[in-house]
Amino acid sequence: MSETALSQPQRNIVSRLWNDKETRSVIIQIIAFAAIFALFFYMIRNAVINLEAIGKDIDFAFLTQPASYDIGQTLIEYTSRSSHFTAMIVGIINTLLIAVFGIFLSTILGFTLGVLRLSKNWLTNKLAYVYIEYTRNVPVLLHILLIHGLIVHALPLPKNALNVGDAAFLTNRGFFLPSPQFEFLFWLVLGLFIIGIIFSLWFRSYAKKIQDSTGKYYPVFWISLGAIVGIPLIAYFILGSPIQWQIPELKGFNYKGGMVVRPEFIALWIALSCYTAAFIGEIVRAGITAVSWGQTEASSAFGINRSRTLSLVVIPQALRIIIPPLTSQYLNITKNSSLAIAIGYMDIVATIGGISLNQTGREMECMTIVLLLYLSFSLLISAFMNWYNKRIKLTER
Amino acid sequence: MSNSTKIGTEQMNTDQDNIVIRINEMHKWYGQFHVLKNINLNVKRGEKIVICGPSGSGKSTMIRCINRLEEHQQGQIVVDGTELSNDLKNIEVVRKEVGMVFQHFNLFPHLTVLENCTLAPIWVRKTPRLEAEEMAMQYLERVKIPDQANKFPGQLSGGQQQRVAIARSLCMKPRIMLFDEPTSALDPEMIKEVLDVMIELASEGITMLCVTHEMGFAKTVADRVIFMDGGEIIEENSPQHFFDNPQHDRTRLFLSQILNH
Repeated sequence: MSETALSQPQRNIVSRLWNDKETRSVIIQIIAFAAIFALFFYMIRNAVINLEAIGKDIDFAFLTQPASYDIGQTLIEYTSRSSHFTAMIVGIINTLLIAVFGIFLSTILGFTLGVLRLSKNWLTNKLAYVYIEYTRNVPVLLHILLIHGLIVHALPLPKNALNVGDAAFLTNRGFFLPSPQFEFLFWLVLGLFIIGIIFSLWFRSYAKKIQDSTGKYYPVFWISLGAIVGIPLIAYFILGSPIQWQIPELKGFNYKGGMVVRPEFIALWIALSCYTAAFIGEIVRAGITAVSWGQTEASSAFGINRSRTLSLVVIPQALRIIIPPLTSQYLNITKNSSLAIAIGYMDIVATIGGISLNQTGREMECMTIVLLLYLSFSLLISAFMNWYNKRIKLTER
Repeated sequence: MSNSTKIGTEQMNTDQDNIVIRINEMHKWYGQFHVLKNINLNVKRGEKIVICGPSGSGKSTMIRCINRLEEHQQGQIVVDGTELSNDLKNIEVVRKEVGMVFQHFNLFPHLTVLENCTLAPIWVRKTPRLEAEEMAMQYLERVKIPDQANKFPGQLSGGQQQRVAIARSLCMKPRIMLFDEPTSALDPEMIKEVLDVMIELASEGITMLCVTHEMGFAKTVADRVIFMDGGEIIEENSPQHFFDNPQHDRTRLFLSQILNH
């Protein structure tokens, strides 16, 4: 350092700072930060000035005014006289419903596809391959429109409904399913179910303790399944089936009673799940193939059986590879649910970001709300998945 | 089995009982490719066998048939009285008794050294965890790395990893150990530490089959050296005769290639 300073005494201080590895990186960061800040400042100022010019201010008071539009699928009480705020809540619930159901179904489908894709059976392997290549190479919007079209145009009118066992009726106005009416004794069954869950949590640690001290192991999965599902199921029948099923009936032009799953929900749910499942399938396949065959060989050379080799050796290593891209897919399905607007499913974008916006003209406010909502859902999912990822990573290094 | 009957059968056919691995007219194909041709090999209890030969000669494939990591298509392999076939129970019985050390170690990277060693005893032998851990520590001491027990395989050098792999196999208390080129993936200065462990192990009476090109090891340890080429056993002899007086041209050629540098 002192040598270069001596040999080049004429170099000024700016040049010296700029050519130092560490100060240069600090300088670049300061410049970048200042530029981003200036850009934001410019955009916000611009918005405020332009709003002022057309005589608009930013005001969220419209949220309390009546929305005066109807929503097809509402899980909370909502009428056209409810406020825009309530409409927004309905939209949030509908978006979350699709996200949760979609993540659930796409995970199951995706893992199945991934395993089928690895199968040595030529037919299942190729079927999964064709499914994945077809599904992921067609835009998701087309899938949604196609499935929605199938339900609306190919399924019959309520009067000719597809009858499933005299209990469920599939029509182009939605799927009419029997709805449960719980009797008092049902809560006993529910109690047993909860006790079953608590029991199996306890049993898992108990079984581990027994294995640690005596080497004996119990079939934890089957015993837990029995406690959580088996016993409540037996109790349910002993207590004389304490759920009354209200079966939908055709009254006039449509079914009454029971519960209805609307065609938009089904179309969006199936299309998003099938589409995302194709990606998850490839992620799962990649994760499992990335674990070298030597791991399976070493494990089976000890006489560890096939399923334990998978659960003790292969899956823990595959998960580390699967989880980060899987998180991206969960975020994708949540954000892709905004395509709901194409088939009139009333999610956040269709309610507060659509009709409410059009009726009140509050575009800045509505769009800010929609943006913040998606951002917070995505960040929540990300945070959870990162936590899970860290948890399975800790055991590795 | 009661003690008296065991002694009885032993006296009846001592020779039969002393043979732990019996391979009879065994053939194996990979598709059209005939990898192993008419392999006949009897291994006595406690015998140390070194198998060598040019690459692609089928030596690894042959020892991998002994714990059925590879299937054979014709002939018979009997390990400690159990014949290997598609019978999964038999395969499990054999694998419990046969330890294996791989060229690329194949340690489980998501488990600590100690957990690597206790996994199979806990899940296959149903050993209580504490007992399994104590045993694992004993074997780790024997391979001279007890202080690494709580590290992960990725944090160890190649030689240390291979020694862990040996300890891991020993934790199952196998009667037969298979070594599939255990030093081929190691840096030269690490080969010795692994060979030392293997030499010590050999002095303890375990049956060993070792695929290796370490001719020094073969000379010190082996009871018998087998030379394979083109999927056949070309020559087998005591190390002394094998190195000083090879019978076949191919053996001579091979030996001249590996010893002359």
